[in-house]
Amino acid sequence: MPEKLTMANALNRALRDALRADDSVVVFGEDVGPLGGVFRITDGLTAEFGEQRCFDTPLAESGILGMAIGMAMNGMRPVVEMQFDAFAYPAFEQLVSHAAKMRNRTRGRVGVPIVVRVPYAGGIGGVEHHCDSSEAYYAHTPGLHVVAPSDPADAYGLLRAAVESPDPVIFLEPKKLYFSRAEADLSTPVPPIGQAVVRRDGTDATLIAYGPAVPVALEAAEAAAQEGRSLQVVDLRSIVPFDDETVCAAVRSTGRAVVVAEAAGFASVSSEVVARVTERCFHSLHAPIRRVTGFDIPYPPPKLEHVHLPSVDRILDAVDELQWEYA
Amino acid sequence: MFIWRGNQNPFMTRDAAHLLPSTEPVTLIDPDGHPVPCDGHEMPDPQALVRAYAALITARRFNDQANALVRQGRLAVYPSSHGQEACQVACVQVLGDGDWLFPTYRDTAAIVARGVDPVQALTLLRGDWHSGYDPQATRVAPQATPLATHLLHAVGVAHAARLRGDDTVVMAVCGDGATSEGDFHEALNFAAVFRTPVVFFVQNNEYAISVPLARQTAAPSLAHKGIGYGIPGERVDGNDVAALLDVLGTAVDRARAGEGPQLVEAHTYRVQAHTNADDPSRYRESGEVTPWLARDPITRMETYLRGRGLIGADKIREYGAAADSLAAGMRAGLGDEPVADYRELFAYVYAEPTPQLREQMAVVADELSREEAR
Repeated sequence: MPEKLTMANALNRALRDALRADDSVVVFGEDVGPLGGVFRITDGLTAEFGEQRCFDTPLAESGILGMAIGMAMNGMRPVVEMQFDAFAYPAFEQLVSHAAKMRNRTRGRVGVPIVVRVPYAGGIGGVEHHCDSSEAYYAHTPGLHVVAPSDPADAYGLLRAAVESPDPVIFLEPKKLYFSRAEADLSTPVPPIGQAVVRRDGTDATLIAYGPAVPVALEAAEAAAQEGRSLQVVDLRSIVPFDDETVCAAVRSTGRAVVVAEAAGFASVSSEVVARVTERCFHSLHAPIRRVTGFDIPYPPPKLEHVHLPSVDRILDAVDELQWEYA
Repeated sequence: MFIWRGNQNPFMTRDAAHLLPSTEPVTLIDPDGHPVPCDGHEMPDPQALVRAYAALITARRFNDQANALVRQGRLAVYPSSHGQEACQVACVQVLGDGDWLFPTYRDTAAIVARGVDPVQALTLLRGDWHSGYDPQATRVAPQATPLATHLLHAVGVAHAARLRGDDTVVMAVCGDGATSEGDFHEALNFAAVFRTPVVFFVQNNEYAISVPLARQTAAPSLAHKGIGYGIPGERVDGNDVAALLDVLGTAVDRARAGEGPQLVEAHTYRVQAHTNADDPSRYRESGEVTPWLARDPITRMETYLRGRGLIGADKIREYGAAADSLAAGMRAGLGDEPVADYRELFAYVYAEPTPQLREQMAVVADELSREEAR
């Protein structure tokens, strides 16, 4: 049944349904117990499922991740929360050297089916260390899946899929979308991890975005339509595995593309998208692919984040530069 | 009650005294092979001692053979546990079949003592794959080369076991250098808070490659670190297999009974270099090593057992022959160049290779087929 709900509601429902569906699912992290998480994503889970299934840990991210890996080695499916993007860094070694490599190290014998939920990215006026877009670090690491939903229905579906995945999944939750409401039917299956979707059809150029940049791209496409330009919007959803097929088909259909992402552009997921699409679709392109990304600066203080974040205007400016004179 | 609710940890103790280790390491057999009485500790039964002795002979032979295989170029590298065999043997002998061992790169002899095929155990150090045995079947985690990270995995395995209601105990092994890592701290803290059945077993061999213990810690002993987490610490003579069996055995029993984790520090010494690539003459005097040779774990055990008539020349020959046969198996098994299949590089990154990995594997296949055609 379609209903109006926030991404936070959808994520909470996904965890609840996953805990109900499979006894081996456990949820833990900092403040996820009686408080329900600082963003209330785990609200009510301890009350419903008890201390053994949803619990608070000592305040130590490497400890949380390391314990999750061990529990996964012994038959559990841990879903852990890193309270904020930049607070996940202490767990980096556990992710990169262990979660990501365990299957490989053991010649396929031991998988690590964990989900690492990371409230991430900016746009909420957060103080420093609370707004990083850290996806490139994870996407660069073979062995991790990296996904980022952009609406409540996808948040629900992707999280359920992440919990069922046999591999570690970095689940990036755009903080600024937590409390935006949308119509969603949670009983309708969403495409699997690894598949991108076209969120808006268009014929003149393709905007490629993921996570928090998707609503901005959609807004830009709406604004462009009023100016008579038809922009297609592709939502990657899954950064790893990457859906070359859908993305390339979309770009080939329009011949022009702009990649939109909050993260700093240098050596980023957006660089990878441009490289991949250029390698595969060069002869279909009428113009070099442009990028609208965050600048190569530490995340700004709240009063200045509007300067940094991709905006509708900046996207439309980039679209304008796609060599329309050769159309 | 493995996870508790509210503001009071029911496992927390205000009584610090019982968390402190003994002033001197527990010793039951001295370096000359004489029994030493020690309050609160009992000599293990003769069968256990004889079994440990046989395992010591095998472990020493394993170390010697592995070193020889490095010199012959058949192993890439070998971090030897020569002189630490009592630790290697005891930490395995106290485990039950369902228990887990979390070893480091220096604990290959322990892995073999656990029953893992020696050739499989040496896969990592031979270089044909990262880990050669099945961790689930053997209940031995892949050898950890990053320091202390595996201690947290040990806590996770133990915690999962308790949540499921089985009585698995996990032996988590590390060295003195690893106690400086953050994950050592996090692992002990998590284990204490959740009262997980883990025995943290630190083989203090005085060196982390070239850096001596004094540069790792200013604590009275590594076992004293337990008190900071609410974990009992104990110190034991790391070259006395009898004392190790007693102390580690008690720790395992307590953990299994639900009394939580324990920290055990074994005082031993890295008699040989860190690995074949190391040069100890740059950082320690050879005179420092000599006294430790007199504290060898095998000779003291042999003296004790022979003195009590628990073994004779025939048994010593028998154990020697078994160790020789293990060494022969190593030479045979590691004689040929391993056949490495490039497809494995792509097969185990994910449960299912991504489309990108399939493409990359096809690139290699194409390169190889063109090479063959040439």
